[in-house]
Amino acid sequence: MTDLSPIWLTLKLASITTLLLLLIGLPVAWWLSKGRSIFKTLIEAIITMPLVLPPSVLGFYLLLAFSPQHGVGKWLQDVFDVRFVFSFQGLVLASFIYSMPFMIGPIKSALQQLPASLAQASYTLGKTKRETFLKVLLPNIKPSLFTAMVLTFAHTLGEFGVVLMIGGNIPNVTRVASIAVYDSVERMDYGAANTYSLILLAITFVMVISVFIFNKYQAKSPLE
Amino acid sequence: MICIDIEKNLKAYAGKRTLKVDRKFQFGSVTQIYGPSGSGKTTFLKCIAGLITPEKGSIVVDEVLWFEPVANINLSPQKRRIGFVFQDYALFPNMTVQQHLEYATNDREWIKRLLLIGKLETLTTHKPEYLSGGQQQRLAILRALAIKPQLLLMDEPFSALDPEMKSALIKELKVLFDELGITVLIVSHNSGELVGLVDGEMGVG
Repeated sequence: MTDLSPIWLTLKLASITTLLLLLIGLPVAWWLSKGRSIFKTLIEAIITMPLVLPPSVLGFYLLLAFSPQHGVGKWLQDVFDVRFVFSFQGLVLASFIYSMPFMIGPIKSALQQLPASLAQASYTLGKTKRETFLKVLLPNIKPSLFTAMVLTFAHTLGEFGVVLMIGGNIPNVTRVASIAVYDSVERMDYGAANTYSLILLAITFVMVISVFIFNKYQAKSPLE
Repeated sequence: MICIDIEKNLKAYAGKRTLKVDRKFQFGSVTQIYGPSGSGKTTFLKCIAGLITPEKGSIVVDEVLWFEPVANINLSPQKRRIGFVFQDYALFPNMTVQQHLEYATNDREWIKRLLLIGKLETLTTHKPEYLSGGQQQRLAILRALAIKPQLLLMDEPFSALDPEMKSALIKELKVLFDELGITVLIVSHNSGELVGLVDGEMGVG
């Protein structure tokens, strides 16, 4: 019987990462969608970098930055007793950074595509920026919001390099499904590798197809 | 009295132009604003509403400073409480006709009356995508009126209405403007359509 704990760990990691990125990504995407400045361009470039950066490079720097032997990692360990290296919270942090462009990018683009007059009309009715965002802007970018959430979740399911670098391969702690597949193949256990792979394949397929169905229902191409 | 004396640089294809307006409007007056395309009519309305900031000048309404850059005064659109009918209607795709008006006001009786004036009482559950161009335009006008503004800015508000509907709506609006004492600025290329409604005009550009 194949140990399914890597699958549960992966789903837990993907859910937490998606939720955190939704909470933090929404206001960041809103801020980025309004006007341009050198500072915003710089922040946007940093957010987008994980798209093109080799995951092992990101994982390596995170490993250095949060190593409990020195710097920030040591301070976090000493003061808050928090350890990001070879721990589940380390995986969450790495996934958060690695999946940022998948959450923030689609939401920012969708907000930019809304006519400026929508928010302006709401302001003239006496509504605050927050009320306008929650009641006018957000409901009108639902398809993009859903796409961003699914992409973030699916992307986290498939992480390998960055997760391996900062988390290692500790059963029930950092051994996520993608690492379990690699580990099973290393051990010549193709049956277990196949089980993990099939489950990941099925989950990913269901998620991607649901994006297409939902966005078609919303009369909008999933690729927009 | 509404005193507007502003300067705003306009972005144009062939270099920069400046919109300059120095004009006073009596309370309760209805003024038509005309001018060629790109002359800055919409920009002028948005400056008054606080949606665009002029480079210089001042806006004073009933002796209250709304805009004065030297004194660092620039009231937000929310505090100005101006009714604004946008040229592209700016209707919220996620809201029905009823929800549009409820978003603007809690006054149920007032909403009912507005729906009758705009002849939208049978379409309250419809979202903008299921309304015709004329119905959308009427909804945009009703939404702007829902907050009972003292100043109403209308950017080409009757362009999508058929002559019969236009004339009926203008008649109803005239009564409403007089009743509420609203000061109205209407951007329109067609002076004929506003006969009997406006009592002054102003050229821009």
